[in-house]
Formats: sequence, C-alpha cells, structure tokens
Amino acid sequence: MSTKENNPRVNSKVLPLEARKYLKLSGLEPMIVSAETNFINVGERTNVAGSRKFLRLVKEEKFDEALDIARHQVEGGAQVIDINMDDGLIDGKEAMVRFLNLIMAEPDIARVPIMIDSSKWDIIEAGLQVVQGKCVVNSISLKEGEAEFIAHAKKIKRYGAAVIVMAFDEVGQADNYDRRIEISKRSYDVLVNQVKFPPEDIIFDLNIFPVATGMDEHRKNAIDFIEATRWVRGNLPDCSVSGGVSNVSFSFRGNNAVREAMHSVFLYHAIKAGMNMGIVNPAMLEVYDDIPKDLLEHVEDVILDRRDDATERLLNFAESVKGTNKERVVDLSWREEPLQDRITRALVKGIDQYIIEDVEEARQKADKPIEVIEGNLMVGMNVVGDLFGSGKMFLPQVVKSARVMKKAVAYLLPYIEEEKRKNPKSVEGNGTNGRILMATVKGDVHDIGKNIVSVVLGCNNYEIVDLGVMVPPEKIIQTAIDEQVDIIGLSGLITPSLDEMVYLAKEMERKNFNIPLLIGGATTSKAHTAVKIDPQYKNAVVHVNDASRAVTVVGDLLNKRSNQKYVGDLKENYEKFREGFLKRTKQKAYLSIEDARKNKYTIDWSASEIKKPNQLGIQVLEEFDIKKLEPYIDWTPFFRSWELHGKYPAILTDTVVGKEATSLFKDAQELLQKVFDEKLLGAKAVYGVFEANTINDDDIEVSTDQGDFTFRTLRQQLKKHAGKPNFALSDFIAPKGTETQDYIGCFCVTTGFGTKELAEAYEADHDDYNSIMIKALADRLAEAFAEYLHKKVRTEDWGYATNEELSNEELIKEDYTGIRPAPGYPACPDHLEKKTIWKLLQVNERIGVALTDSLAMWPAASVSGYYFANPEARYFGLGKIKEDQVKDFAERKNIDFEYAKKWLSPNISDD
Amino acid sequence: MKDIYKILEERILVLDGAMGTMLQRHKFTEEDFRGERFKEWSVPVQGNNDLLSITQPKAIKEVHRLYFEAGADIVETNTFSGTTIAMADYEMEELVYELNYESAKIAKEVADEFTAKEPHKPRFVAGSIGPTNRTASMSPDVNDPGYRAITFDELRIAYKQQVEALLDGGADILLVETIFDTLNAKAALFAIEEVKDERDIDVPIMISGTITDASGRTLSGQTAEAFLISVSHIPMLSVGFNCALGANQLTPHLEVLAQKANFGISAHPNAGLPNAFGEYDETPEQMAEQIKEYMDKSLVNIIGGCCGTTPEHIKAIADLAKQYKPRSPLTPKGETLTQAYN
Repeated sequence: MSTKENNPRVNSKVLPLEARKYLKLSGLEPMIVSAETNFINVGERTNVAGSRKFLRLVKEEKFDEALDIARHQVEGGAQVIDINMDDGLIDGKEAMVRFLNLIMAEPDIARVPIMIDSSKWDIIEAGLQVVQGKCVVNSISLKEGEAEFIAHAKKIKRYGAAVIVMAFDEVGQADNYDRRIEISKRSYDVLVNQVKFPPEDIIFDLNIFPVATGMDEHRKNAIDFIEATRWVRGNLPDCSVSGGVSNVSFSFRGNNAVREAMHSVFLYHAIKAGMNMGIVNPAMLEVYDDIPKDLLEHVEDVILDRRDDATERLLNFAESVKGTNKERVVDLSWREEPLQDRITRALVKGIDQYIIEDVEEARQKADKPIEVIEGNLMVGMNVVGDLFGSGKMFLPQVVKSARVMKKAVAYLLPYIEEEKRKNPKSVEGNGTNGRILMATVKGDVHDIGKNIVSVVLGCNNYEIVDLGVMVPPEKIIQTAIDEQVDIIGLSGLITPSLDEMVYLAKEMERKNFNIPLLIGGATTSKAHTAVKIDPQYKNAVVHVNDASRAVTVVGDLLNKRSNQKYVGDLKENYEKFREGFLKRTKQKAYLSIEDARKNKYTIDWSASEIKKPNQLGIQVLEEFDIKKLEPYIDWTPFFRSWELHGKYPAILTDTVVGKEATSLFKDAQELLQKVFDEKLLGAKAVYGVFEANTINDDDIEVSTDQGDFTFRTLRQQLKKHAGKPNFALSDFIAPKGTETQDYIGCFCVTTGFGTKELAEAYEADHDDYNSIMIKALADRLAEAFAEYLHKKVRTEDWGYATNEELSNEELIKEDYTGIRPAPGYPACPDHLEKKTIWKLLQVNERIGVALTDSLAMWPAASVSGYYFANPEARYFGLGKIKEDQVKDFAERKNIDFEYAKKWLSPNISDD
Repeated sequence: MKDIYKILEERILVLDGAMGTMLQRHKFTEEDFRGERFKEWSVPVQGNNDLLSITQPKAIKEVHRLYFEAGADIVETNTFSGTTIAMADYEMEELVYELNYESAKIAKEVADEFTAKEPHKPRFVAGSIGPTNRTASMSPDVNDPGYRAITFDELRIAYKQQVEALLDGGADILLVETIFDTLNAKAALFAIEEVKDERDIDVPIMISGTITDASGRTLSGQTAEAFLISVSHIPMLSVGFNCALGANQLTPHLEVLAQKANFGISAHPNAGLPNAFGEYDETPEQMAEQIKEYMDKSLVNIIGGCCGTTPEHIKAIADLAKQYKPRSPLTPKGETLTQAYN
C-alpha cells in the first residue's frame, strides 16, 4: 500500500484535466450547468417556508398531494426542486426523509436533481443519505465560524453534493458590494484550498435584498448584488451564482405590473453579470423587450441606482401602471424606427398590420421589387431563423412570422411579374435555397405536422411544392421530376402510410432518383425508417419528426460542399441502427397462437355483473352543439402539435415556453369561440350498443337488427412472465358457452365537417397559422367528442356507470370503468376492422364519414372505436405477432393471406 | 511496485473473469463448503462462495492462478458478498473480517508469485465489493414506496468493515462493482473515504455499475451519465459497467462514459445473455469479436469478464488487448452542449 507521501502523483494525474469545469448535477437524468444553459430555474413550491399549501399538506401528512406539487413543478419546467421542511410544528428530519424517499419512487419527479434546503445540519445530512443522485445542499456559511463551515463542507463533498454558500459570516450577512466580495472570496479560498472542494460545485447566494424601500442604504441593493455577481464570476473560477429574485421587488407588493418588470430588469442585468441559477416564479416575469419604454426606464433607474430620485419617480409612475398590467396600451413607438427595423420587427413579432405599407415603402426605394424579398424581408427572416435556431423563438411564433412574410410576398408578386414581363433578363434564378416537395401519402389525410414543417422551411427560404393530402405515388414522382425538386418530404399518421413510404422509396430507386427523402409523421420512427425504408433507396432517407430539426437536416443535405459526406454518414448511421435493431428484436420469445390462447385473460363470468343496456341499437347525433365539448378538451396534445412540450395547464406558466404557450392558447380560444359562435364546424356521431358474445376465443359475434357481424381481434403472442396473460380484446366479452348474454358498443364521431373549407380560406389569405390552428382544434374537438359520447354511453345509453362523477382530468387519465379502444391503435392495430364498424353502424350513410384506401377517416377530425364495459377490461398493446396468427386471422376473416400480411405488417415480428 | 496509474496510460489492463463459473466446475457439496471448521454450522452454507476462501483456499488460489496465466493483470478477491448484510443469510456476520482478510491474502500470494516471475508485468489484486442484497433507494414493498429495507449508515458501517479487512489482507485496489443502486455505491465510497482518511493512505478505486436492461438505466433508474455524475466526487482509477448484459449491449453505455468521464474506463461484461437454461454460451472467440469493437473505438482502459466468462475468454481478450493502445488521454472527448433538460 502506498501512502500519500511516496505516491504524490495519484491525485495530480487523475483529477480532471479539462479547462472548463461545469457544475454537473443528477437525478435519474443528468443536468449540466454549462455556458450554454444560461439560467437554471429552481422550483420552490416544495418549500414549507415558500408555500402555505405545501406546509399544510406536510403537516396533515398528505404526502400524495405534496408529491403532486413536486410533480407540477417539474412538469412546469423546474430544473431542480428545492425541498425545505424547516417549520417549528413538523419533525423536519423525518418529513425530509419520508418525502425524499417518496420522490425517489416517482421517476417523473426524481429525474431532476434535488436541492436539500435546511438551516439545520442534521436535516441536510439525513436528506443526503437517501438520495442517489448528485444534490445541492442549501446552504452553509461562515456564520458559525470556520471550523463548522469546514466540517460541513467536508461531509458534503464526501456525500457527493454541490453546495450553496450564503454570503454570511461571523459578523453578519453581506449587505454591500465589499462585504459580498470579502465573504465569498474567503469562503471560496477555504473551500478550494483547505477542503479541496471542487470549485464547480460551489454556488454563491449573494443575498438579493429589496430596493426602492425609501431608505437610502437600500438604494444600491440590486446593483451591488449584480456587480458582486460579476466580480465573483470573474475572480472565483468555475463557481455559480444563485438567488431568490422576488425579494428585490418586495416594496411593490400588490403592484404586479411593476414587480414583473422589476424581476425582468433585475434578471436581465444579473444574468448578464453571471447569475446562472435562481428561484423565479415564471408567472411573475415580464419579457424584458416587452416592458414599455417609460416603465423600463423608471425601473432601470431604480435597479441600477441611476438617479437620486429614482425611487420617488418609480413610485409616482407605479400609480399609473397599477392594475393596467395585462391590458396595457399597445406601444407603437417602434413605428418611428428605420424601415428595415420595422420590417424585421414585424416579422419577428408576427405583426401583419403594417407590413404592406412598409413593403411598399421598401419597393419604392428598391431598383427591382425582387430586391425587397431578397433584401429587406430575408434580413428579417434570417433574424427569425437565428432566434428559432437558438431556442429564443418557438414554433407558433415562427408560423406567425411566416404569415407576415407570405402577405408581403403576395403583395410584391404582381410587381415582380410586371418586372419580368418588361425585362425578362433581369430576373435570374429563383433565389431560394432549394425546392422541396411535401406530401401526405396516398390514403392518409393528416397534414398538421407536414404543414408546420413546410412553413418553417419556407421561412428559411426554401421553396415548398406542397401537394397536399392523399397524394398518389405517381403524382409525387412526376411532380418531383417536372419541378426538379431538391428533396422529397413524406408525411403520414396512420400505419398503412408506412407501406406507402416504403413503396415510394422503391419507386425513387427504380426511377433512378438521386435526391434525399425526408420521412415524418406520428407513426413514423427512426426504427421503421432505418429498417424498412432506408435499404430501398441509395440516396439519403432521413427521419425528421420536428420542424426545428428539419431546417438543419435540409441545410446539411443541400450544402454542396459537405453534403456527400453528410449523406455518407447518414447512410452509415442508419445501417448501424438497423443492425442494432434487428439484433435486438431477435431476443424475444413468442408463443404459438394456440399457446397464447391457452394463456388468455380469464374473467369469472359467473361472478361478473353485466349490465343490460338501457338502449340497444344504432343511435345518431346530428346538429350537435359543439360548444358542449369545450370542457372535455384535452389541451396537452394541442400544444404538442405545435412542438411546445409540457402539460396543460402548467405549460402556460412554464419558464421556457410559458409565454408562447399562453399566447397560442389565447389565439386558440379566440378561434374556438368563433367556431362556437358561428357554428363553423359540424359535429356528428353514430353509435350503438349490441348483444355480443365471444366465439372461438378471439372473435366477437355481434347481433343487430340488420343481422350478425363479427369483430376479429388479435392476441398478444410475446412470451410473458409467469402469471401474465396474453390479452385479446375478446377476453373482455363473455364467451358464447357461458349462458351469459354480454354486450359490445361501437361508435364514430366527427367534428371535421367544415375544417377543409376554413383551412383553405385561411390559406388563400396566406394565413398558415390559422389554417394549422383550425385543424389542430378540430382534432381536439373530435377527441373531446369521443370523450363526451363515451361518458354519455356509460351513464345513459348503456348506463352501467350512472353514478360516475369524474373531473375532466380524471377522464383524460381514463379513470372510468370500461375502455374505448380504436382500430389502428395499440390494442387493435388492425385498420381493417374499421370496415366492419362502418358496415355495422352504416357510418358513411348516416353521418358521411368515409374511409380512404388506407382506411383513414375523412374528414380527418374523426374518431371511431369500440366500447367494452367490463370493469376488468383494460388497455394493452398488442405488440408483435407471428405469422401463424396472421394465417389464422386471414382464414377467420376469409381474406387472402398476403393481403392480411400487408395490413398487419407493422405488427408482424421479423424473426 | 510500479504505479498502476502509469501502467494504465501505457496499455489496456486485463481484469479476470467469473469466479462462480469456475467454482461450479468443482461441484462442491454442502460438506465441501463446510469443511472441518463449520461441520456443525446451524444453517446450510452451500452456495456461500465467499466461504470457500476459508474452507477451500486451494481451489480459490487455483482460479486466480488460471486467470493470471490467461493474461489478467488484475484478479478480484472472492468477496462479492463479504458484508454483514449479505452474510446474514448464512448467519456468518461474525466472519466478515476473516473472509475478506483471507480472500485478499490468498489472492495477493498468487499475484506476488506472478510478479516475481514476470517483473515487467506486475499483477494486482482488486478487493471486490458487491452491492449487497438490499437497496437503499428503492422499496421492496410495492404498497409502501417510502419504505427502505436498509439505511445509508447500515451500509456504510458494513462496507467500512469489508474495506478495512480487504486492505489489511493486501488488496491493491478497491472495486465497487455490480452497482444497481447508486446510493448503495455512495455508501461504499463514503466508507472508503473514511478509511483512507483515518489511515492516511491513498487507494486506487474502481467503480462499476450495472445497466439492467435495454432501457439503458440502472435498476434504480439512472441513466449512464447520471450515474457517472453521482459517483464522480471520488477520485477514481476507473469507472465502468459490468454484468447483466453482454459486450454488445454494453457498447452504447460505455460510449457515454468514454465521452464524459475524466477517469479510466472499465468493462467486464457477461459472456453474452443467458440462454433458456440460464447458461452463458458465448464462446471466447465470439466475445472477443465484440470486445474488439471497444478497442477499435478506443473506449476502454480496463477490460475483463463477468458471469459466464472463463480463463479461455480472458485469454482471448488479453491477446486482443495487447494489440491496442488504451483509451487516451484520460479526458472527456467533448462536453455536453445541450443540457439534459430540453
């Protein structure tokens, strides 16, 4: 064994050698505070001192609800959660351990790092002993002297946590610039030199105190903090600076407009000075650029202590902005700015009000009208592109920018045509980055994602040839040739579309195409693209599922200098992925369909209570008032379709996307009210509950007035752990032999009538934003209608759950009895069954919803499915099945084996 | 003895293979496990492999010898379950010090023999510190997610006892391995730091986690990078992964470590995945073929085998390792530009 003395190189060699050291924390996932992360937001609702509700819940030992608070914080965008149990009336140590243990069992919370917050060392240490990830201790200081400070820091280092150091020493709390520097310097030196504490794991809390209190000694509170932050980040290498921001505006309690502005101004300057972490309530924050000029000036005077009378002036001014917060007068001072600034601003902010007049002014100044597009407008769009690329703008904003751009271009087009006619030689090339064909494949009608990608690419100066929906492959190929496009982009939402994409790749190969193929849409995946599409085509095939990535990918694909290497790398990457994927799937074991049936899910039918429906037979709802659907809307997927991620309503106050989500939601609400008021969308439904029994294990025989029908279900074949059944939907209906009369329901709802016309009207007005919006809303309304109708069936028509009292949230979480699986979705991925539902309910005849070749529903905003009422019925995923079941299924259904194989192919195991 | 940190920069070090797989060949009976000394022990002890260091030391030494002959630079002591917590099943808590001490001692004896024979290739003993059979950050009771069957302090005390005995017996390195719950490992690391402090010594530490399935996470739910961050407060000789997966399945996770860690990287995968009979049937050639990918990608500094591997596997791996330079330098290839939260 070597001792330290004779083995000095151990430490010097192994310790990190890299120049930049970042604070790295971990929950279940890593969190790295690098130069690029800008600002880490710490959630503090799980602090008994900060939240009265949390305190009450902990006191009452309602830990489940306390966990919900933690979950909301994380969903709302907190990147670290601060947990504090310091209260005289609770056993802080016990509460800390219990709560942390419970959090560790919740992966959606435990994924973020924990900040263990207490003024008592024993609570901190107890917390450190139950968390596996790298935490932050909040806090230690020199308050009780150096000895205790060192002892605690050593322990923290040994537990592997980072630490917040308060600017506090034996004399007291640092309240001016010099004291902040004195204490932080001393703390840093002790930690780094004596304790050997990693400097990147030190976070200074430099004390944020209120300004504008009326007391002279408080005047420099904010600027001292900001300047001390600058000093600390500049002189104490690798450490971080944090703080609780709301303190600064304490003296303006009750005037949120001023407080929000003060927080923004403070953060704007503090972040620039190097503050990289902190506690901020996102709802109490105005966007710096949006603060009215006069208010900004007054607030900055106070924060930066620029005038002797700053406080007085802000107080006087505050009277005038009190309460006018959200309905402030529109500031039009930007109209005075130079032309290019106005155009850029209109594009960035998505304001189309003045764009024609500005573009006209630009046109008159330009030699040729095309220069306005290539000059003024592209300058603005480049700013949009940069902001979007760096995450400072979000998708809905970009789509609004595109709306302004389109209006401007539409205005200029006649002038450009005129110029061309007069002087044919003057216009050369089309000045775009490339031409991209976009299409939703044959048989598929979903195009929200495709339209979003088109708009974003359009914003980046690509010319889009959009062929719309249900585009036959021949047309795609021919258009690509005729228009000499540079890239083809295909989109699809339902599983049969996947085959269409494979077919198109084969065709492109056969026709010897040499342009890249982009694949996107909800059912597409990198796996499918790599395994099924990529091998069919020699050029690049890229799976792109979000708009922001589409821009980079297209840019790389069309970059003449480097695209050959890029395409080579892509092909290699997909090949590796394919190999890995194929290897992985080989390790799964399957049962024969006979054995899977032997392991079916069994319900004790003698004990199962089956409710005879109040109303049997087909029902139709027409002239349905869609306003009734409003409370049933699940908004979370709506935001997702705009690439804003987070749960509603927490997303509205999210630190990152909250502002944009709120603005999008406001626009959605406006359009929704218009739809309600003017009855712009038609909603219809056909549904019914019928006598039914299972026959031959996997089929459900349904008797109706129009005769008998049979639903064919598919059974899981993956070999399960002992005791776990192989499900099929038929397991939830009583078999024919049991003497039990059972029932099944099915339905189709639509809210799509009128969508197409509305979208087209918006498009004609160059308004892609509302065109996408109306489709996204129609989709949400269709889902809401399905929810509404299911509830009606449960409580009235079938009536097996008459006493059900569920909130909308519980409905979305599917807390009700019975299930509503839809053909094409995991429990019954077979789209062919839709045909049976269509025949049985006479869907097309009764409400006019049709099926395309690929069995997509038209209008697109439609939902169809079955109703199962048994309390034991549950949702499951079919998973992969084997050919023996496909064969059996084809025989049962009396269809050709190859035909069945084609339809079930996404679910057939490859090995 | 030549500094292991220096050797680590020069070549890829080879760790040994499975102990259990080798001992199974002896088909030891209950009587063999007991030997004379534990004839009257009140509970059955068959299956307590760590006990064999006392009752069948020759067999254990022979395994170490075979691995050194196959080309291993480092062998692990036969102490995977050498804590009071894991020994409670056999009521042998009292024997923990002796088990660890003896295991380290016999491994060191064999290592010294080989070092004397081949001074240019010094051999090392790594004290094996297993995960115990309890988890500090998960509840064994599904109905009570806040419950814990073991505390940090209980683990820390048990590990400290093991560490002290391993060092007294002559272990050169401490290997905290098969980590399925990072909190258990943090307790072991805490104990090691205490011992280092109290004895004023420095000991090279190897840390090896276990990714349990295709999700790419430890049993306690951490991603490879989160695991790395959670144990990086301790200066390490190496960090890596072992067990649960075969070499192929381990590759993406090793890549994460190789990219982000400032330490040496180790891997000791299983001989593939168990077949339907729970046996590992990957041949030495098959395994070496996969490990070649690690070498080609320059992912590792220390390489060995876990469940199902034999001296033949280690020989194939050692022959391969000779032809390659170790991952170098011991700095991360790049920093994460995008942060986890996005």
